[in-house]
Amino acid sequence: MTSLPTTRRTDSAVRIVSLYPDLLGTYGDGGNALVLSRRLEWRGIAVEHITVDAGEPVPDSADLYLVGGGEDGPQVQATRELEQSQGLHRAVDNGAVVLAICAGMQILGNRFPDANGTIRPGLGLLDCETVRVDKPRAVGELLTTRAQLTTPEGIIELGPLTGFENHAGRTIPGNRSQTLASVEVGEGNGDGTEGVVTGKIVGTYLHGPALARNPLLADALLGWIVGASALTPLDDNDVDSLRTERIQAARDHELAPRRSWRDILRRS
Amino acid sequence: MTAATTPASKSGQTTALRPRARLAVAAGRLMAWSSRVVRFGTGSVIGGRVSLLIDKNLLSELTASRDVVIVSATNGKTTTTKLLASALGTSRPIVSNWLGANMTPGIVAALAAANATDTAVLEVDERWVDSVLRATNANTVVLLNLSRDQLDRTQEVRKLAEQWRIALETTPPRTVVANADDPLVTWAALAAPNVVWVGTGQEWTADAAGCPACSGRIDFTDTGWACSGCDLRRPSVDVAINDGAIAIGGRTITGELALPGRVNRVNAAFALAAALAMGADLDQAFDGLDDVREVAGRYRVAQFSDSAIRLLLAKNPAGWHEALELLEGPSTPLVIAINARIADGHDPSWLWDVAYERIGQRFVIAIGERRHDLAVRLRYGNLNHIVADDLESAIELVRQSPAYDPTMPIDVASNYTAFQDHLERVGGVL
Repeated sequence: MTSLPTTRRTDSAVRIVSLYPDLLGTYGDGGNALVLSRRLEWRGIAVEHITVDAGEPVPDSADLYLVGGGEDGPQVQATRELEQSQGLHRAVDNGAVVLAICAGMQILGNRFPDANGTIRPGLGLLDCETVRVDKPRAVGELLTTRAQLTTPEGIIELGPLTGFENHAGRTIPGNRSQTLASVEVGEGNGDGTEGVVTGKIVGTYLHGPALARNPLLADALLGWIVGASALTPLDDNDVDSLRTERIQAARDHELAPRRSWRDILRRS
Repeated sequence: MTAATTPASKSGQTTALRPRARLAVAAGRLMAWSSRVVRFGTGSVIGGRVSLLIDKNLLSELTASRDVVIVSATNGKTTTTKLLASALGTSRPIVSNWLGANMTPGIVAALAAANATDTAVLEVDERWVDSVLRATNANTVVLLNLSRDQLDRTQEVRKLAEQWRIALETTPPRTVVANADDPLVTWAALAAPNVVWVGTGQEWTADAAGCPACSGRIDFTDTGWACSGCDLRRPSVDVAINDGAIAIGGRTITGELALPGRVNRVNAAFALAAALAMGADLDQAFDGLDDVREVAGRYRVAQFSDSAIRLLLAKNPAGWHEALELLEGPSTPLVIAINARIADGHDPSWLWDVAYERIGQRFVIAIGERRHDLAVRLRYGNLNHIVADDLESAIELVRQSPAYDPTMPIDVASNYTAFQDHLERVGGVL
């Protein structure tokens, strides 16, 4: 593996690939691609967004790959196709950045359980293992302490991470990985931590989408590609309002905002 | 396609309820009345619950002497139920749970208030199809679609399709009217002996890509779909929508509907197909459709804060896909309200699956308890927007906008509980 230069040529567009949104596209994770694309465009950096559906070849020369959350059946199908293609493996060897959400994180790990509880081999790109536990499904607001990425170039501060989690499995980070943060509210990996990072592959249980609610995480991923100095400040007022409101909601355990008996009766 | 013979009717059988069932009905009515007296709500659900506590087989008893048709889906079931009730209502007495109380308690409450032989047109929550079908032995079942709706609360859509499939195997209805363009619905309906397939030209396919039979990939083309891993494919259709006209029973129906948009043409096609399956005359059924001008407040134009507003409901990405057809034309400002209460699902990240970019340059005022989630989505869509605290301030902002046209009602598009709030403020369900 060769190390990439921290800044890249400015004449070529940043290439972002959404992998199999037709299989792993639930929970609005497609929004992560939009967030990354806009944050580049607004800074005058060209971006090319490529959608790769199941059955199509996976390019191995892109800068950033997004793998979303999904349901049990499609999760297995996506693993099969990515294993066969090896395009993502080659891209990671070339230093590509990967963001894998929820089911995406689980299949990039070493092992994960399928719908029947059978342990299946994962892609082995992210050093972690997902297991079934005798606990209820983790559903609700997820809030962490101040998150950090430790890189050879130094520590990148990400601030508290906020999002919505919805998963049955729990994930055990391996020795070769770091976690993003400790959990303040919610479940996360299940051991009090949230997220798994191996090299430039970031896995997380955060939906929301993750990058819409955590712009510092979005910029950290982009910084690995274009260099932190290229990321000039943006107007994040809308995002700041949302973060303030959601962080408070998580702390208040306001899972059901203004939940009333009338709402409950309406649906029962 | 079912032959248009008059179906064997359950009418004429005994209509007397057992004493226990009569007691259950009376107790439910008393409870519903008490609930209304204390202004808790319409009381239908809680009354139905009390009735079922006394007689758990009450739904079977209440449907023993009547024809029953069930309508279920994630999108469009309320509208289609209302259209079907109206289509059948031109030729026979009907009872329907059209207020949206679509699980067993609400259904029991609606039926208990009607004559014992009235045909029941029942909207059924997608998770309750199995138990309602078992209890009622419905002779016609209409299955519109299965899309992602409140995933943090309900089960995954594939599991719902499996439940439907098992329900149709266990209690086969005489006819199933099903969506041939929804792979999940198709797979479920194939378990039934007799299916009328409706070609909807459904554009929303994002929830169906994994094959329900084999988890393989489903390939969609302009003319149909097929699984790449097994035999599941689009069946040939009996009813179709072509350029806005409904092709059904060897005829092409081009008349206008009172309800706007392509999606309501589709709902009307399902209603007509089900009415034919129930033995109705096509022309009479079509005449009935025209009586439906709003559905539980949807599409209503009402006065609010000295302005006319038009209420639109879109509760999930598939619903927004259809609602945006009505929103992408004009240039006037628009209000969008998003909540995330229990009935909406607690996670509004589906906002990112909606192509709000279709709104174009319309100025959007974001309200509702999750207005900041909406604002961030609109911001990343490069859409012109602002956040307001409530409907009054939103309407005021619209009126101050240079793009405001006082001759047009202000569109207020909302998801489920936000819509209910707005509807109550303009007079509730009529």
